[in-house]
Amino acid sequence: MKAGVVRFPGSCDEVDAQLALSRVGEAVLLWHADRDLQGVDAVVVPGGFSYGDYLRVGAIARFSPAMESVIAFAREGGLVLGICNGFQVLCEAGLLPGALLPNDHLRFRCAQAELEVVSADTPFTRGCSPGDRLSIPAKHTTGRYYAPPEELERMEAGGQVVLRYAAGTNPNGSLRDIAGVCNAERNVFGLMPHPEHAVDELTGASADGLRIFASMAEAVDGRVAA
Amino acid sequence: MRARVLIRPKAGILDPQGIAVERALPALGFSGVSNVHVGRLIELDVEDPSSLDAMCRRLLANPLIEDYEILDGRSG
Repeated sequence: MKAGVVRFPGSCDEVDAQLALSRVGEAVLLWHADRDLQGVDAVVVPGGFSYGDYLRVGAIARFSPAMESVIAFAREGGLVLGICNGFQVLCEAGLLPGALLPNDHLRFRCAQAELEVVSADTPFTRGCSPGDRLSIPAKHTTGRYYAPPEELERMEAGGQVVLRYAAGTNPNGSLRDIAGVCNAERNVFGLMPHPEHAVDELTGASADGLRIFASMAEAVDGRVAA
Repeated sequence: MRARVLIRPKAGILDPQGIAVERALPALGFSGVSNVHVGRLIELDVEDPSSLDAMCRRLLANPLIEDYEILDGRSG
């Protein structure tokens, strides 16, 4: 798998994402002002504060030249993963349903998140089983997932809720403890926690995040990555 | 034309900023305050006011979570 990580002014987790992806394949950075996606098999929209998060989180980044190409890539079925700010950008771009709102307690919270895999039927979680627990750090101020009630029902029925915070551990007040969702076509996935910060037990509390990237590589390459 | 766009959190969506302000006011001795909501104000000069609604829908507001109201800035 050749993956590309979009770098916006204000991104801060793009290098960790690139390093994480390089454990399962090749990974390059894609500059926000370039439309050329360099022939990548998958795109990661990383965490940070793209364009300063001015106006609303993700609102400006969504119109960048690179994102125009990412939107077209996603519409053609390409794999797109949005992490934290990237999740917010993908929601603003209309590639994922819903929106991210300020945490119900209004504070920036940085803590290990205990996640439950709800759906393994995505290219991003195919290496997991429903009910698996993933321990991955989360750090954000604007992570409260919201979608209108009728949309939530459609998503639940369609298996688009991919990850939930474990019961009693919701760090932001997201509806139905949602931590990550995919689109109806299942090729676009966004989550608030940061799998790229959990790929090596030397520097994290777990290496569970690697399972997301390994799943993507497996989906692209048709084999289990190292 | 000078225009103002008021953007508010949609009714029914939890507004923690509004709640925080509502709880802070009694602590300062202001009683009888309820239904506080915090939004934002965008002021702009615009040559074609008929484009304001599209601007709001595409960029200035997220209609999924926010309501917007376009005001003539001269009246404000």
